[in-house]
Amino acid sequence: MRAAYKVFTMCLAIPGKVEEIFQEGDLRIGRVNFGGIIKRVCLDYVPEVEVGDYTIVHVGFALSKIDEGEAVRTLAVFREMGMLEEELAGEEEQFARAAAAPQSPCPDGSCNTQ
Amino acid sequence: MKYLTEFRNGEIAQRMAREIHSIATRPWKIMEVCGGQTHSIIKNGIDQMLPAGIEMIHGPGCPVCVTPLELIDKALAIAAQPGVIFCSFGDMLRVPGTEGDLFQVKGAGGDVRVVYSPLDAVELAVKNPDKQVVFFGVGFETTAPANAMSVHLAKRQGLKNFSLLVSHVLVPPAIAAILDAPANQVQGFLLAGHVCSVMGYWEYPPLAEKYKIPLVVTGFEPLDLLDGIRRAVIQLATGRHEVENAYERIVTFDGNRAAQKLLGEVFEVTDRAWRGIGVIPKSGWRLNDAYRDFDAEERFHITGIHTEESPLCRAGDVLRGAIKPAECSAFGKECTPRHPLGATMVSSEGACAAYFNYGRFISADELAKTVVSCQ
Repeated sequence: MRAAYKVFTMCLAIPGKVEEIFQEGDLRIGRVNFGGIIKRVCLDYVPEVEVGDYTIVHVGFALSKIDEGEAVRTLAVFREMGMLEEELAGEEEQFARAAAAPQSPCPDGSCNTQ
Repeated sequence: MKYLTEFRNGEIAQRMAREIHSIATRPWKIMEVCGGQTHSIIKNGIDQMLPAGIEMIHGPGCPVCVTPLELIDKALAIAAQPGVIFCSFGDMLRVPGTEGDLFQVKGAGGDVRVVYSPLDAVELAVKNPDKQVVFFGVGFETTAPANAMSVHLAKRQGLKNFSLLVSHVLVPPAIAAILDAPANQVQGFLLAGHVCSVMGYWEYPPLAEKYKIPLVVTGFEPLDLLDGIRRAVIQLATGRHEVENAYERIVTFDGNRAAQKLLGEVFEVTDRAWRGIGVIPKSGWRLNDAYRDFDAEERFHITGIHTEESPLCRAGDVLRGAIKPAECSAFGKECTPRHPLGATMVSSEGACAAYFNYGRFISADELAKTVVSCQ
């Protein structure tokens, strides 16, 4: 079994629950819970979203409001497919993932793989 | 199919697959535009649940894959400069430029950082007034609102040390380019669900009408994909060509108007080169005159870029849907995620990486024959 190479899924938006909303400078920011992982998310594009609502988020921006049942179900599917930790990995983890990509013969011998 | 059978809706998936089998009266080729959908289709074995005649063609919807080589080389040149903090999404680190990648620039002492959101890059600019902070703004319409807000915020705050290296690409012109190609075989499209969560699908009815082709807004989960395919097949079987929304719980006809408004204030439509495909007219966004000062290409004036693609790599053919990844002679040999010759092997949305990671070293057709011969 080959190790999967996961860094980031560029166009995936994932659902989370808005736990707190505050103004930060010019932006309306929410603390959003993605199945236990908390992120700061910009809510400027979803003025209708309030504390307790679920919204889908892409690269730190909420894009639309969704209902709770849908959000919980989608989170479970994404977690199962390994997409959740992939999307929300921190900087160090992302570098580590890139460095730990599957090995293969190095065309020019520059990186000590066989 | 591991994930599908484990998932509690496996039964519904089987039922949908059976329905597709019963209505697929002729062979049809359907393209999923979005790389995230390609990833999900291959990972979940959706293509293997379909009748032999229904072929999924993988589209060019991987922003990492289509970012032009020249821009990657510019990114490498900017990131290597002293006094620059170069911020990017993680996917871009391993994308091969003509010489090396961002990972290697970091290894050689460049300040390359992975951020979760472009707003993190703006924050870095505020905290590091003596550095130039550059954000690599690639992506389709889904990612554009985030990048637009970052530069809008930087302008409002009067930041002189923040800029965007922009390579935004747009789905509708890419679909038109695929359908205009003389050798086109695609007869229906699954539209990218999250692109449509931003843009809605008001742009698509003229395309469906002009090319007489079904377009179905589709999500990313296994059941979403099967439903999108099912609806496209029903349209093909009944001779209809409409825009249909199979992702209603997320996508509305109008899309996110607040996001579209800011996109209109920050970006303007431009011709854009797609890596492996070539220039597609009016297929991208760049910063408009009001935001030109924040364009990293203007700020850094990188010249003397001479791009050179690997002669073995057939990423362009893969992105156009002309071949499947396993048909490339370098696939899994000279070219792997560790040593990608082309960007389609880098991103988790790239078709080559999806095939490699899920062990698709032969095409779905060959796989089907193998299964039959084993029985």
